[in-house]
Amino acid sequence: MKWLILRRFSQISILLLFIFAPFWIIKGNLSSSVLLNTVPLTDPYLLLQSFFAGHTIATTALIGALIVLIFYLIVGGRVYCSWVCPINMITDAAAWLRNRLGIKGGNTLSRQLRYWILAMSLLVAFVTGTLAWELVNPVSMFQRSIIFGGIATLFIGIAIFLFDVFIAKNGWCGHLCPVGAFYGLLNKISILRVKATNRSKCDDCLECFAVCPEHQIIKIPLKGKNSNPIISDANCTNCGRCIDVCDKQVFEFSHRFSSSLSQPEKIIHPQEDLHP
Amino acid sequence: MDNKRRQFLTESAKLACQAGLIGLGVGIYARQAQSTPPQALRPPGALSEQAFQAACVRCGLCVRDCPYHTLKLAQPIDLIANGTPFFIARDIPCEMCDDIPCVKICPTGALDPSLKNIDKAQMGLAVLIDQENCLNFLGLRCDVCYRVCPLIDKAITLNLQHNQRTTKHAMFMPTVHSNACTGCGKCEKACVLEIAAIKVVPRQLALGELGEHYRLGWEEKRKAGHSLIPDQLDLPDRMPDKPSDFQPLPLQGFKP
Repeated sequence: MKWLILRRFSQISILLLFIFAPFWIIKGNLSSSVLLNTVPLTDPYLLLQSFFAGHTIATTALIGALIVLIFYLIVGGRVYCSWVCPINMITDAAAWLRNRLGIKGGNTLSRQLRYWILAMSLLVAFVTGTLAWELVNPVSMFQRSIIFGGIATLFIGIAIFLFDVFIAKNGWCGHLCPVGAFYGLLNKISILRVKATNRSKCDDCLECFAVCPEHQIIKIPLKGKNSNPIISDANCTNCGRCIDVCDKQVFEFSHRFSSSLSQPEKIIHPQEDLHP
Repeated sequence: MDNKRRQFLTESAKLACQAGLIGLGVGIYARQAQSTPPQALRPPGALSEQAFQAACVRCGLCVRDCPYHTLKLAQPIDLIANGTPFFIARDIPCEMCDDIPCVKICPTGALDPSLKNIDKAQMGLAVLIDQENCLNFLGLRCDVCYRVCPLIDKAITLNLQHNQRTTKHAMFMPTVHSNACTGCGKCEKACVLEIAAIKVVPRQLALGELGEHYRLGWEEKRKAGHSLIPDQLDLPDRMPDKPSDFQPLPLQGFKP
């Protein structure tokens, strides 16, 4: 539970800071803000859309975006999804309810769709010459209307919750959201990663597969013969749920360049592997 | 292998169609979202509407730094591009801060940082749009819009006109000058009528434009210091020399 509680604490306290903290500490919202009256922070995905829409990027926004980029390149791109984005609390709740109600199937969406939507959002920005996607982007709309007030919060929250419960499992965060897709691209080179260090202790209980919102990414680092134990897939959100639920402490937070295992495995040569 | 390729192509086509459909909807909506209602005014220094919607990341920093709570971020239910800052003059007008904090804090340049003097802002243009109900046009001395104008006697002047109803009074017509009006909206806010007779509207809506080749003769004469056309041949005016020169025909059957 440790990481889950820390995550909720992070998500909620970021919102509370934006709403209640004196403006000299932080003001703005997750799209762009000013920390301690000096440090600019800007969402690089928004700035990328702005660039495609034909706007000349201003220095302050560029510096802000670089700071944010560097931060997520260190801690993992989709840390935005699981540690910052408030929509995550809704989709996690939806996944929990879906599981409790035993709802199965209904999902025909591809997990690749989000990357196509990401490309589409940049294309409409280019074609319309405006931040078109931001007119409908639930992620930016949701956090903005929590921080600045407004009824949008309620409707977006309910809509995404119902979508995830009844229409598609992990539908929004795992299939559609281009913000997550954008930050996922940073994951390709980000440093902090989850690692199946003690995978030799795995007793195949499948708890981690059940709890992971992107369960397709665990299989190879955990079970693949001779595979790198680092979960380096773009879609890992570094949420730490697999670390929380595993009785055998198979997983831990590590870094991209660490491939050592707690217990050495028998090296299986590819030839042997073909004929077990 | 061919089957795999076929599967890949089908899958890609499916994804492209799904994303494309969403994109089409968003694109059409984005076009419509550029037609901001005229009473919604942008903060000082805002770029033209399309450029503004390309630049503004909807962070609300201008809203936070506005000391008079003039600015608001558009909600999805507003008819204004979602999340962008605006103000309604009749609710809370712009107080025209000297240091322009909203422009200063804007990280993206959606509010143009080259605006250093708030008197040069062009948020809109006040127009005395209802000349039937304006009290001054009815011959009364309201003058409120003129009095509250931060650029009194520059942006709004009172121009005297003969009152043809009473035949013996003057009417003081509030007259807006587009070269000075910033569109702050204080006149619209202050108008004493139930619905303001003077309203701030987008400049492109309020202003006409002369043909590019038009020259105002009196302006050209003032600039050059003399008339631009050569002296004209002054023909003598034909005036009746003697009363006998002009003999109107007697009207038939007219008895004075």
